[in-house]
Amino acid sequence: MSGSDPRADEAAGTARESATVQSDSAAAGAPAVAPLSADAIPSVARPYRLQFEEAQDAWVLLYPEGMIKLNRSAGETLARCDGERRVGEIVTLLEEAFGQPGLGADVRGFLGLALAQRWIELR
Amino acid sequence: MSAGYGAPPSDPGALPGPLADATAGSTALPRTRTGERPGPPLWLLAELTYRCPLHCAFCYNPVDFARHEDELDTDGWLRVLREARALGSVQCGFSGGEPMLRDDLETLVGEAHRLGYYTNLLTSGVGLTEARADALREAGLDHVQLSFQDSTREANDFLSHTRTFDLKRRVAEIIKAREWPMVLNCVIHRLNIDYVDRIIEMALELGAEYLELANTQFYSWAEVNRAHLMPSRDQVRAAEATANRYRERHGERLRIIFVVPDYHATRPKKCMNGWGNVFLTVAPDGTALPCHTARMLPGAAFPSLREHSVESVWYDSEGFSRFRGTAWMQEPCRSCPEQADDLGGCRCQAFMLTGDARAADPVCTKSPMRDRVDAIVARAERGDIPDPSAQPLVFRDPVASRRLAGTD
Repeated sequence: MSGSDPRADEAAGTARESATVQSDSAAAGAPAVAPLSADAIPSVARPYRLQFEEAQDAWVLLYPEGMIKLNRSAGETLARCDGERRVGEIVTLLEEAFGQPGLGADVRGFLGLALAQRWIELR
Repeated sequence: MSAGYGAPPSDPGALPGPLADATAGSTALPRTRTGERPGPPLWLLAELTYRCPLHCAFCYNPVDFARHEDELDTDGWLRVLREARALGSVQCGFSGGEPMLRDDLETLVGEAHRLGYYTNLLTSGVGLTEARADALREAGLDHVQLSFQDSTREANDFLSHTRTFDLKRRVAEIIKAREWPMVLNCVIHRLNIDYVDRIIEMALELGAEYLELANTQFYSWAEVNRAHLMPSRDQVRAAEATANRYRERHGERLRIIFVVPDYHATRPKKCMNGWGNVFLTVAPDGTALPCHTARMLPGAAFPSLREHSVESVWYDSEGFSRFRGTAWMQEPCRSCPEQADDLGGCRCQAFMLTGDARAADPVCTKSPMRDRVDAIVARAERGDIPDPSAQPLVFRDPVASRRLAGTD
């Protein structure tokens, strides 16, 4: 960025995040985003990287010059999207981990949003 | 893992927040002397060097950069990387000057990657050869932001200059071949803003995924050249309309970010997302700064990481506490219902335009000094541009820097 202004870059980063947030709301408000099928095999999509941050006690999605801090349920869900497991298996794992049955609809709904956001891709 | 799955993920209120909210809930961090508890410096910008092969008239490096040429060595940077990461930094930008001029860049990127940073290289592309790109890929570099600017001293050759375009095309191919996400950054100003369509076409041709059309903000060298570089409102409006037109047509392929220039806005930006809130800039000589231009501000010098730890600088130094939060504000910010939206705007801009670093950023229409911004914009509206023979553009180089710093 020699020559450019990271202040502008930061503003741009913020704009990019706002765009994400706006489309989050749009996606959440619109019934158009379909839940993911139980047979789908999701993994975190390039250029995102998922990692657990001790300092924030949270899973975060990192991408060029930006970060999305995930709530616990979203983080634990994406952490199980390894490109090998089917959504059905991920649901089972989460139900075991949280000691709570009947999470299928919530998890598939969230993964539908995650796909619309391009946080994940399907094999 | 017995606390339940949490709020239903389909509840929009439970969706993850943006970076602005990312510091909420960090509870294990030490308190500052003011009793507040800032989050960690999530963003570390390592300005490895002020050396640069280019001479951009809008460069954000300090105009007196030639006074600060003594760079941290490799071990010094490695220590900064480790200490900041231990505090919770996650994004690391390697910038400059031109960071490719540091021959230890691969070492630093490798250590940053090993520590768990998302690593970003911010480069003009000069010096990014196939071999070095391979080494950086090997070291774990996550992302390259390629900036456009003319490599010649003729600002108006910006777009027609084939050598520049050939370089960018070559570097863009190098980036694509290594599967790095490609973000192009192009600084926009009066002399190129009418050609935004050609810039976007170029980005499409290069296969970029993001294009940041960053209007010049008037700091440092851009401030020196402000009368030449300030666009008119019509120019800004037309450029934004062009960007929107391309978004409609190519939004899936290329995400275009248009950064509105401050002087044409009515409210200031929340500069750096808040002073000492998220960003830690480290200047080439190891000085820790809340932003890359903060050194221009009056008051005590900012601390050096040659002598202090990242932790003490971030949590305990006067420099990083100076404008944190809202306690430092004076009117009209102090009683302003919008104070949390922008935290009074940019301290450097306030100082440059009013002489008082605690004043409201005069970009704000509530500022009693807004007329100063209006006068500058009005001059651009009239097309009142300096005669280049009387007041030429000043290009960034060490000789001009020493002259402007009065150390010539």
